[in-house]
Amino acid sequence: MPSPDDRAALAGRDRGLLSDVEFVALSGISKSYGGTTALESVDLRIRRASIHAILGENGAGKSTLIKVLTGVVRPDAGTVTIEGAAFAVRSPATAAAAGIACVFQELSLVPDLSVADNIFLARGTGPLGFIDRRRQQKAAEALLRELGSEVRPTDIVRSLTLSEAQLVEIAKAMAKRPRLLILDEATSALGEQQVGRLFEILRRLRSEGVSILYITHRMHEVDTLCDTCSVFRNGRHVETFPQGERSPDAVVELMLGRSVSQIYPAKPAPAAGQPLLDVRDLSWDGRIDKVSFVVRPGEIYGIGGLDGHGQQETLLALFGVLRNVTGEVRFDGRSVHIGSPGRAKGRALGIALVPEDRKSEGLHLPLTIAHNLTLSVLNRLTRFGVINGGRQRRLVDDLMRRLQIKSSSPKAPVSSLSGGNQQKVVLAKWLACDPRLILLCDPTRGIDVGTKAEIYALLRRLADEGAAIVLHTTDYDELIGLCDRVGIFYGGTILRELTGDALNERNILRASFALATDGPTDSGGH
Amino acid sequence: MTAILRSPTTIVGVMIVAILAIGASASPNFLNASYLLQQLQISSFLGVVALGALGVIVLGQIDLSVPWTMTSSAIAATSVVGVGAAAQDVWSTELAMPIGLAVGAFIGLVNGIGVALLRVPAMIWTLGINAVVLGLCIFITGGFAPPGEASPLMRSLAVGRTLGLPNALYVWIGISLVAAFLLTRTYIGRAIVAIGNGERAAYLSGVATQGVVILVFVFAGLCSALGGLLLAGYANQAYQTMGDPYLLPVIAAIVIGGTSIQGGSGSVTGMLLGVVFVTLLTSVLSVLQMPDPHRQIIYGAVILITLLLYGRFTRPVN
Amino acid sequence: MVATEISPARRSRPPLSLPPGAWRLALPLVVLAVLFAVLIAIHPRGLAVASMTPWANQAVTLAFVAVGQFFVVVTRGLDLSIGAVLALSNALASELVSGTPVEIAVGVVAVLAVGCLCGAINGAAVVFGRIQPIVATLATGAIYTGLALIVRPTPGGDVDEALSDMLTYETFGFFPTSLILLFAVVYLVWWPLSRTVLGRSLYAIGSNESAAFMSGLNPKRARLLAHVLAGFFAACGGLFLAFQTLSGDASVGFSYTLNSIAAVVIGGASLAGGVGTVIGVIAGAYLLRTISTIMIFTGLPPMAQPLFEGLVLLAAVSVGAIEMITSRNKLKVLR
Ligand SMILES: Nc1ncnc2c1ncn2[C@@H]1O[C@H](COP(=O)(O)OP(=O)(O)OP(=O)(O)O)[C@@H](O)[C@H]1O
Ligand SMILES: [Mg+2]
Repeated sequence: MPSPDDRAALAGRDRGLLSDVEFVALSGISKSYGGTTALESVDLRIRRASIHAILGENGAGKSTLIKVLTGVVRPDAGTVTIEGAAFAVRSPATAAAAGIACVFQELSLVPDLSVADNIFLARGTGPLGFIDRRRQQKAAEALLRELGSEVRPTDIVRSLTLSEAQLVEIAKAMAKRPRLLILDEATSALGEQQVGRLFEILRRLRSEGVSILYITHRMHEVDTLCDTCSVFRNGRHVETFPQGERSPDAVVELMLGRSVSQIYPAKPAPAAGQPLLDVRDLSWDGRIDKVSFVVRPGEIYGIGGLDGHGQQETLLALFGVLRNVTGEVRFDGRSVHIGSPGRAKGRALGIALVPEDRKSEGLHLPLTIAHNLTLSVLNRLTRFGVINGGRQRRLVDDLMRRLQIKSSSPKAPVSSLSGGNQQKVVLAKWLACDPRLILLCDPTRGIDVGTKAEIYALLRRLADEGAAIVLHTTDYDELIGLCDRVGIFYGGTILRELTGDALNERNILRASFALATDGPTDSGGH
Repeated sequence: MTAILRSPTTIVGVMIVAILAIGASASPNFLNASYLLQQLQISSFLGVVALGALGVIVLGQIDLSVPWTMTSSAIAATSVVGVGAAAQDVWSTELAMPIGLAVGAFIGLVNGIGVALLRVPAMIWTLGINAVVLGLCIFITGGFAPPGEASPLMRSLAVGRTLGLPNALYVWIGISLVAAFLLTRTYIGRAIVAIGNGERAAYLSGVATQGVVILVFVFAGLCSALGGLLLAGYANQAYQTMGDPYLLPVIAAIVIGGTSIQGGSGSVTGMLLGVVFVTLLTSVLSVLQMPDPHRQIIYGAVILITLLLYGRFTRPVN
Repeated sequence: MVATEISPARRSRPPLSLPPGAWRLALPLVVLAVLFAVLIAIHPRGLAVASMTPWANQAVTLAFVAVGQFFVVVTRGLDLSIGAVLALSNALASELVSGTPVEIAVGVVAVLAVGCLCGAINGAAVVFGRIQPIVATLATGAIYTGLALIVRPTPGGDVDEALSDMLTYETFGFFPTSLILLFAVVYLVWWPLSRTVLGRSLYAIGSNESAAFMSGLNPKRARLLAHVLAGFFAACGGLFLAFQTLSGDASVGFSYTLNSIAAVVIGGASLAGGVGTVIGVIAGAYLLRTISTIMIFTGLPPMAQPLFEGLVLLAAVSVGAIEMITSRNKLKVLR
């Protein structure tokens, strides 16, 4: 591993020369899980001092590739060489020893330990490999500050929000001072500010000679950050080219095998008529503070702002998950009390929630697709509690067709699906209830461009058919491209509501920091 | 094909045959029909209790109150008979079973409330309930088995025969069919499996998870009570330690039947075999006339080996 | 950028509350202190050597076993054989720990080694046999109980009295030696370990095993270690019990298993793994035993004692429920 001095020396050298040096090479890597082939004789070369993007749709095998490189899974065939010498990646520990560190898509944090303990989990910071808490604390603090995180080293990871945890995971990888840093969808929950800061750090690391593998579904991140792109499709390495050599559309076509003409569906004229959902002065536990907004049938209402300002909680409150919520919720003109998810989804209201964490809250991963799809509507498929098999089968077939869920069989466990298809299962599960109001929490996190476009089109179609949709997302693009109106949260309340031409990136950003916005705005509520 | 060969059911099946062979070689009476029927009869007591425990385990919980749920319902039922006999009350014999079952259901209800509403880990809550029920029984009875005996219905269910087969076997198979149907074909069964795989996701899907958990514990209480009543019918009395030998074999039978102790899935058919396996194992060890310590060692070793075989043959993908 | 100007309204802790983990340790300690005060108030001898030493001695065995159980629980396992290991070591101690000082020393070491071996077998069944800990130890527990019965079919045996007296009386004439022994053993084993990556990985694998593995830890090694530690501390308990009773008894096992689980939970550890402290667990063991002692001195009719013990256990484990019931986010209380 290079000492800091080495790095400085490297940084001084011509990066052009250095980046011709091959650092890691994979050849003939194959891996299959049971019947599914995740990787098929993949060859890939990673140069030094390079930020190398790995692109591909959901299930293309990107994460599997990373897991092979980091020793989390063993490939069925193939070899890894580091600096020309064959290297047996037997376990994550050997990978770490060789200078490979990774920010895992599903995070590798231990929830019950502190942030500092997590950052230095597998390494003692003191003499003889003993743990020196004070030194560990200081080092963690410095790393977190560099990343612009407000998390304290003593915080327990369980108490962090997803975006905070993601930053800790990044700090953890950086703490290893790797020669190859891998980021697998490391920014999927981060806000624009945090991403910008991270990019500066990554560029600096590159200038110090570090190789970086960067996996993302956000094409604009590739444009601003990466110098090389490799595209994967169905477990195969399709092509590698210098970034900028191909147009974004061409890259998408390479990824999906087809072109996506339009990501966002056209917005219709502003919806008129009576609001379906009318929220007045909703408050809870000091974290939601007098939130007021209305949503009409046919409308997609966006919820934005910096992470952790009450957006998720507002959706949970509307779904009956929170206790002691004050304020008034009017549904279809009537004042209602939503006591539980069971009540919320019932026929009287018809509310659906696509939760933030699809793995633990949206799905039962070990259960079959059919069982997942029908759980929320099961009471409508039964007579005296006994399930009608025929009706269940028809419903499942219909849903899988409508959302184009790719799977060998409805009896396959959901865990065998790619991320995008899992998300479609969550959506389908709620469409089965014919909801009138759909609440969504970051439904396209970790989803590839093609599926995103499908989901956007689906949401718009549902709105056109008369549903009201509330969408919380950290992606500005999505707020601007998909939503009719957007409420920006700050300090637990909706500070600004943006619509029409005022709905642009600059205004969203300024409103998120409680700064004045330009153009016509509506201060929210009534 | 290999999947079938490697399933837990096949492995238990093979083990059962092996035990039968060993038993037959040790004692010529082992394979005789009446002896085997008696084994099935004894299996039924364990089997009925295990059915309730299975539901709890599928939920991802555990019920350690089995011993004293069995004992207290049996004591309640036999005392009702005893008190009725003393008062020459004709109704008491009819009331014995319902009262015994009600005791079990009530204990199950308290278990369920602690686990679902107070959210105390089941392992510790049901342990405490077991201690409280034990304490109550000792307090009320003064530490002596109260006078009383099994009602005719209890006796008939436990030792009677119909069409040559033990009635207890009918009871066990009947409840097993109901349980298997509930688990695989009904809303409640799906809800149980869903909760076992993730209560948050089940709750957010609109399942009344707390109600389901309570219901499953009540069912478990009922099953333990029925097991206790059958056992009391078999012995024609209730005694303080009657439930103790059931706690661990119940868990063993369920796990041997291929159900994960971590919850989320469960097999009633596998468990039937598991129950027979555990009962036969105990009985073959007594037929071999081994001293108790050696029996325990072999009992533990056989269970361990069976589970090791599962681990070897049913490899997870990753 | 404006990023530094803002301080979002995130994770504001109420001013007086302890960090979430601290309650888990503070609660058993505070309750134990209160119970101890009650005990002294109602004890005929009050705060005296003659009341303190028995109080200290009676919980040492359970405390050892509970600490052993804790190491398995913190890795998200459960050791149902721990009582059987205690019984086996107790039976062995009644055979081996007597005679010349050398023989006694060899006997003690042998008993501890057998405990570790039992733990290692459990660990191997879990790690290499891939059997769930609770089930594996259920089976091995039967084996160890059988072995204990072979070693000591009926209670009895011979334990060195001089050593026994030394360990069960007072140091400096007033401080219970058993407490010193308990803390010395636990401190010598766990304190250095808790400062190593291996020790921390016990918590890590209990909290999230796959994350721990992806971070470069070795879950197999940690799990093995946890079971060996459980065996070791169970053997310590068995030894101390032999010193206390001057004999061996193969049938003491299962109640210790159940009580050790209770002590671990009352001591603030989570059965879901990853959470808890050794000190809390020791307090949990003392808490349980102190309750029993108080029961005896309150003049409760003997027939009512088991009932009250059970009720107090329920009350003790329900204290944590208050937080659950008052939680404002219903998702938070679900697993
Ligand atoms: N543990 C597993 N068991 C079975 N199949 C798996 C497993 N992990 C991955 N797969 C399958 O392997 C394929 C590749 O998955 P991988 O996670 O590498 O995709 P990805 O490119 O990272 O997708 P995403 O963009 O959604 O993260 C998918 O078809 C997936 O279903
Ligand atoms: Mg991936």
